[in-house]
Amino acid sequence: MKLDTSGFETSMPVIGFGSNSEMLDGVSSVPSFDLPRTTDFDGFQKKSVEMVKPAKGTTTLAFIFKEGVMVAADSRASMGGYISSQSVKKIIEINPYMLGTMAGGAADCQFWHRNLGIKCRLHELANKRRISVSGASKLLANMLYSYRGMGLSVGTMIAGWDETGPGLYYVDNEGGRLKGDRFSVGSGSPYAYGVLDSGYKFDMSIEEASELARRSIYHATFRDGASGGVASVYHVGPQGWTKLSGDDVGELHYHYYPVAPATAEHVMEEAA
Amino acid sequence: MTKQHANWSPYDNNGGTCVAIAGSDYCVIAADTRMSTGYSILSRDYSKIHKLADKAVLSSSGFQADVKALQKVLKSRHLIYQHQHNKQMSCPAMAQLLSNTLYFKRFFPYYAFNVLGGLDEEGKGCVFTYDAVGSYERVGYGAQGSGSTLIMPFLDNQLKSPSPLLLPKQDSNTPLSEAEAVDLVKTVFASATERDIYTGDKLEIMILKADGIKTELMDLRKD
Repeated sequence: MKLDTSGFETSMPVIGFGSNSEMLDGVSSVPSFDLPRTTDFDGFQKKSVEMVKPAKGTTTLAFIFKEGVMVAADSRASMGGYISSQSVKKIIEINPYMLGTMAGGAADCQFWHRNLGIKCRLHELANKRRISVSGASKLLANMLYSYRGMGLSVGTMIAGWDETGPGLYYVDNEGGRLKGDRFSVGSGSPYAYGVLDSGYKFDMSIEEASELARRSIYHATFRDGASGGVASVYHVGPQGWTKLSGDDVGELHYHYYPVAPATAEHVMEEAA
Repeated sequence: MTKQHANWSPYDNNGGTCVAIAGSDYCVIAADTRMSTGYSILSRDYSKIHKLADKAVLSSSGFQADVKALQKVLKSRHLIYQHQHNKQMSCPAMAQLLSNTLYFKRFFPYYAFNVLGGLDEEGKGCVFTYDAVGSYERVGYGAQGSGSTLIMPFLDNQLKSPSPLLLPKQDSNTPLSEAEAVDLVKTVFASATERDIYTGDKLEIMILKADGIKTELMDLRKD
């Protein structure tokens, strides 16, 4: 099975010696993934996934509107029923004008987005111009396709602004790649879609769009146990992305549904 | 005829718990010294803490053979870095190196649950937590291992800091003094030892500051 290991190629020159230097083994040669020597690869992967229990369960969303692309996500990582972190960065800054969202295996998304960032930069240096969102998402999709069936878990959206305007693509570990205007990915996505679809208009201002995105994430965290933490909202415009807000969803709840103070029925009076 | 499945697994879990807390100018890394397999104790005096660089200390629980192999890889990569750059690796750089090293074995993972502690470029304490395949984030405190589910809720209660994702950005390091943090760690391990069979024997605490590393040992219950 020939895996595409171009993701690891480094343009650093090989230092001195040659292929029989033990100290540089694994550094100078193109590194490749260690594979277990077993006849039952799928069974082994199934067992090791149970053992590793990668962080899953999330709500991420992104949509295109008049002023660009709005991207939002929660920040909870769960391992089975245990919340392993409430502060995971699920919106990954690939470069100053492109964002990627994380859903599925945390390590898979972190690693491949970092790898994509490297490839985008190399494209810029080789071609003297920025890579398009379409091109970047294609690079990621092709890379994931070559690892199809090996148990990677990646459900990501690539959002950016290039020469053709705002761009949004959904890419997953099956190698699927979809262009679209509105996406939500993760265990909380059905709830987010409900709020997002009913409130969406193309002609929104940035404030309205960010409020819609924030509300959608909040409602998803309210109903989905695997989503929670902090709702982050980013905006991608012609000048690049900016982080608009990061709000704890617990506080957002009382902001949207404040508790009415109970009226006192008896007033305690000082004993005369 | 039903298919025969292999009874041999390349992995084992040697138990143990690791904790790290980041302060304004220090970092506390602690781990118990019990190494077990199944219900047996293999050693009461096995250190799970390993110094990778002047400003970066790694503590790992899980399968200690994988942990040992991981430490060797990181140590040799650090040596190469020192030869090439004429300086020690910073803690954030070591954190990314560890993440990549773990991910390279994505399809045959290191069964190691890591906590990396140290001082960042500004001299502030930093702690990074990992899962077994390399996803990592910088936090103010972390716990991994068999006692982590007992310890984390208590640390959340005592040290819960504003999330690093909030806007405007806030510091996630604890305002506790070094002595208070060490005391907290001792309390937390004493409690975990009561309720986790894989944690106990002795507690090893390493305190990292700009002027050097101090090590302390404390006895825990041996039953």
